[in-house]
Amino acid sequence: MTRTTLICSTLKGLLLASSILGSAGLAHAEDVTLTIESWRNDDLAIWQEKLIPAFEAKNPGIKVVFAPTAPTEYNAALNAKLDAGSAGDLVTCRPFDASLELYNKKHLADLSGLAGMENFSPVARAAWTTDDGAATFCVPMASVIHGFIYNMEAFEKLGIAIPATEADFFAALDKIKADGTYIPLAMGTKDLWEAATMGYQNIGPTYWKGEEGRAALIKGEQKLTDAGWVEPYKVLAKWKDYLGDGFEAQTYPDSQNLFTLGRAAIYPAGSWEIGLFNTQAEFKMGAFPPPVKTAGDSCYISDHNDIGVGLNAKSAHPEEAKALLSWIASPEFADIYANSLPGFFSLNSTPVKMADPLAQEFVSWREKCKPTIRSTYQILSRGTPNLENETWVESANVINGTDTPDVAAEKLQKGLDSWYKPAK
Amino acid sequence: MSSATFSEDGMTAPRRGTRWHILVFLAPAFIVYSAVMILPLIETLRLSLYNTVDGQPAFVGLANFQVLFGNERWAADFWRALKNNFVFFAIHMLIQNPLGIALAAMLSIPKLRLATFYRTAIFLPTILSFVIVGFIWKLILSPIWGITPFFMDLVGLKWMFGPWLGKPGSALITVSLISVWQNVGIPMMLIYAALLNIPDEVIEAAECDGITGWSQFWKIKLPLVLPAIGMVSILTFVGNFNAFDLIYTVQGALAGPDGSTDILGTLLYRTFFGFQLQLGDRSMGATIATVMFLIILAGVSLYLFGIQRRVRRYQF
Repeated sequence: MTRTTLICSTLKGLLLASSILGSAGLAHAEDVTLTIESWRNDDLAIWQEKLIPAFEAKNPGIKVVFAPTAPTEYNAALNAKLDAGSAGDLVTCRPFDASLELYNKKHLADLSGLAGMENFSPVARAAWTTDDGAATFCVPMASVIHGFIYNMEAFEKLGIAIPATEADFFAALDKIKADGTYIPLAMGTKDLWEAATMGYQNIGPTYWKGEEGRAALIKGEQKLTDAGWVEPYKVLAKWKDYLGDGFEAQTYPDSQNLFTLGRAAIYPAGSWEIGLFNTQAEFKMGAFPPPVKTAGDSCYISDHNDIGVGLNAKSAHPEEAKALLSWIASPEFADIYANSLPGFFSLNSTPVKMADPLAQEFVSWREKCKPTIRSTYQILSRGTPNLENETWVESANVINGTDTPDVAAEKLQKGLDSWYKPAK
Repeated sequence: MSSATFSEDGMTAPRRGTRWHILVFLAPAFIVYSAVMILPLIETLRLSLYNTVDGQPAFVGLANFQVLFGNERWAADFWRALKNNFVFFAIHMLIQNPLGIALAAMLSIPKLRLATFYRTAIFLPTILSFVIVGFIWKLILSPIWGITPFFMDLVGLKWMFGPWLGKPGSALITVSLISVWQNVGIPMMLIYAALLNIPDEVIEAAECDGITGWSQFWKIKLPLVLPAIGMVSILTFVGNFNAFDLIYTVQGALAGPDGSTDILGTLLYRTFFGFQLQLGDRSMGATIATVMFLIILAGVSLYLFGIQRRVRRYQF
């Protein structure tokens, strides 16, 4: 008997202890931790030091973890994690089809009714909206603008004015080449995408007239073999003579370093470079938009919706996640984000004043030039062969001289024709 | 003798029960191997017969293979990858393995000093990670910061230097040679071990018969290490047709320029996992994986039944 009582009291004691421990842990368990999946390794510090503290201060009880993966592995890793149900609560969205596919597979929740979504124009939302415009599934976060960043000291020394037309541009390149101090253009073809993104998609909109050409291509009214689409390749082919020695094996970091070390004069750029270049380059930099063909033509820029944030449909904490998304849609976030990351321009309708002069220069083009997005991203990269990947390969081929502009365009159109039937 | 009588007594003892311990001892290896090797393999083979039809996974028979070989685009990609893979393999067979044999033969010269140092130095790259090897060589060969143009300039050969990794004509050869540099330690070690196994009596007998130097190597040593060379060849074959990592780290998933370094491994990766805007296609990926499996299976079978049985082995 005594033994039973002893056991009983021990058990009671244990239960008591565990309940106390349990309640002590309860206050802690109320904290919900949200994980953000992203490919933006470079943003880790900004999230940890600025964005997350700002959000957590206003939303006690929600903890946020920013968990980036390598950019080239992000899509594959994210797809695998979503399929396995182990992905984070919030998912950084690639623009267009990659995310649309995730929405169609019900991995991303519909956010059309989210508080804060009204802060974005339909164009800003286009990258993360279904084809019929019925549902928006990611909060637009940032866009990047293409153009050219140049070494101001080099331009001053050689007495070059900012080139406004294609002819001016090549005249400037000739002058830099003749002088010999600087490599005229810092770009390589080793990584392929540089040629396509910084080359073709940068100067292209001027020739295919931005949205007009892009829409016509999707409708099937234009072909990649039309003059407007081949001409940028013809211009790119001419770039070859102005690139550095051995540009065929020059990688993207090589190009960045050549420019920031002051060895090259002009860098075909995306605005995302601004942050890095500001910290690395020791000379003054300026920027100019893609030169127009003849003086007086209207200019076009690639203002590409690049980053959005969506809600994992299987998230265990959808309400908390929506609170975070609404905050991401707020002007407050836009201000912190755009100014911590000069070069990633907010898509929020409330204009953000940029403190960085280079970033301000890029964003000012929005007022005088017609913006468009990269031609291969919407709808046209849904099939096999993938038009975006093919464009990488062919753009590099054109610059390397492996293919002529016409052959490259023909190959691309043939690949597109093999699966894409425009809606009649 | 006493033990013999003892065992004769044992013959009459009652029959032993089921020997469970054999199963128990085999089980861990069998279970682990099945779970991580056999099941995924079977699953891959099964997946290659399925595809998504109207959003539902459905059995499609050999339709995936029909697409791979029949569709102009797919077939072009596949045959290009296979051709590149054969070039990759040929360079290994023609350079890595003869080099490995030569190095092993030199190392086994008894009078060679610092043999241990050479052996370690040559074997060292083998234990480096592919990522490191790829990165180092990309830097060494870089036309901008690399040391290659500088050193070639010192000996007056600068004119021969080119951006080898960036030219469609030379990229595959360059990557293959990097792989040879990394892996030459393996054939060297295996053949070195085989050479050390040759008994001194055989060598002495050869010397008595007046066979020394080169003819000794060709007539005595090489035939005796042929089984090891056969094994090295088959390891090279399997390794090369499974290769992916070095190409991926040096040339990226698109295996540029112009797809000139695309081998089956990178094609499989792009197809299965997707790349940039291209979404992964598991069924076609599994189809390519199955074809790779069949190619390797065919190669290994050819070796096992066609060559290994004919190689004469010597017992010492």
